Amino acid sequence: MNIPENLKYTQDHEWIRIEGDIAVVGVTDFAQGELGDVVFVEIETEGETLDKGETFGTVEAVKTVSDLFMPIGGEVAELNEALADDPELVNKDPYGEGWMIKIKIADPSELDDLLSPGDYKKMIEA
Amino acid sequence: MKKTALNSTHKRIGGKLVEFAGYEMPIKYSSINEEHLAVRNSVGVFDVSHMGEFWIEGPQALDLIKKITSNDPSVLAPGQAQYTCFPNGKGGIVDDLLVYCFEPTKYMMVVNASNIEKDWDWVVSKNSIGARLTNASDTISQLAVQGPNALKTLQKLTDINLSEIQFYTFVTGQMAGVDNIIISATGYTGAGGFELYFSNSVAEKMWNAIFEAGEEFDIKPVGLGARDTLRLEMGYCLYGNDIDDTTSPIEAGLGWITKFNNGREFIDREFLKMQKTEGVTRKLRGFVMLEKAIPRHGYEIVNENGNTIGTVTSGTMSPVLNKGIGLGYIAKEYSAFGTKINVKIRNKLMPAEVVKLPFI
Repeated sequence: MNIPENLKYTQDHEWIRIEGDIAVVGVTDFAQGELGDVVFVEIETEGETLDKGETFGTVEAVKTVSDLFMPIGGEVAELNEALADDPELVNKDPYGEGWMIKIKIADPSELDDLLSPGDYKKMIEA
Repeated sequence: MKKTALNSTHKRIGGKLVEFAGYEMPIKYSSINEEHLAVRNSVGVFDVSHMGEFWIEGPQALDLIKKITSNDPSVLAPGQAQYTCFPNGKGGIVDDLLVYCFEPTKYMMVVNASNIEKDWDWVVSKNSIGARLTNASDTISQLAVQGPNALKTLQKLTDINLSEIQFYTFVTGQMAGVDNIIISATGYTGAGGFELYFSNSVAEKMWNAIFEAGEEFDIKPVGLGARDTLRLEMGYCLYGNDIDDTTSPIEAGLGWITKFNNGREFIDREFLKMQKTEGVTRKLRGFVMLEKAIPRHGYEIVNENGNTIGTVTSGTMSPVLNKGIGLGYIAKEYSAFGTKINVKIRNKLMPAEVVKLPFI
């Protein structure tokens, strides 16, 4: 299972990479494996400011549909346009080209609630 | 949880196993899309040993089947199979199934795994005339070998000329050195191929022989995920989704397996005949999404004013069309081919069009 050391994680199987006041968000390798072939990523919240835990989009796989949750609060500053034509990037490169949104971090203290790579690994192995 | 005889094989080759109808079954091995396309373009193998098999034997066998199934089993000659359903006495469906005629006094029913117990109780309860019944579900394994290269794959394993086995007929004979294999030219994919029935004890041997024979065709194991997308592209009904105890075969478009000929008295005959003559208020229809969207079981179907006119019973992204496709019960007024409808997806109305089946 690929769980990069330089990222933070959530119980909803999302990863977060901090770049200054921006948080880049995607779903984990474990999540893409559970979902199976991703066929459609729908994100219509660009420009909106959402609280931690609110839904920012939906990912549809062949068999399942799952909501995507804000790992921290803030403005959805950018979304990955490439996913519109190539949703399978989420399967092929979940931590790279399969990223989903960039959040302008509202409250840096919320980052403290995120899981470390070790904690996330323990959670999915439990 | 119950396991098929191939459970450890699925685990060894990396199948992702989930609970389905009380069995631990592979939902996929590599990817649903890849497995789907392997069946459409070459050949794939499904372990469907979870399905149930009942033997109906004796001089009363045919009379029992005539009474409890919607299709007419008296047209079956030995070596022929038939798709049919059990009407439930209340206008609904107990299950859909295949009936195989071995002899005029010997038949096999193949039923859905999720309904084995319910079907068995139902058949037993209707058997006042004394046919001999055996529930062989736990001793028989079934592999579906499907796709345009299924015949070439299996032909390497048997002297029986497989190209002579017509659609919906079967033979019993030797394959891969094993006797008494039921070789049936049937399937749930629309891709052609065979369904094989044999004893649990030879399941691994058969699996290995088939994969060796199919290597040159890049044969793939296929899970229940692709089984669902394959059947949906053909518009085949799935019990529990598209048909159930509350849907009639006439509403479900299964009029072609509901036969009223020769005055045959069967369960729900009068009710179904009335529906066939007078029409029904809703029909199971296929529809294609006109924008990028995927319909799912339970989503509402609405008209241009947002009023509910139906419900989605099955939906997926078609791997062949790369479009959202679905089946659903739609009010008669909106059921004509070409009618524009909408599917309510996350509170948005997404346009769709009623189309003829199959989708591909």
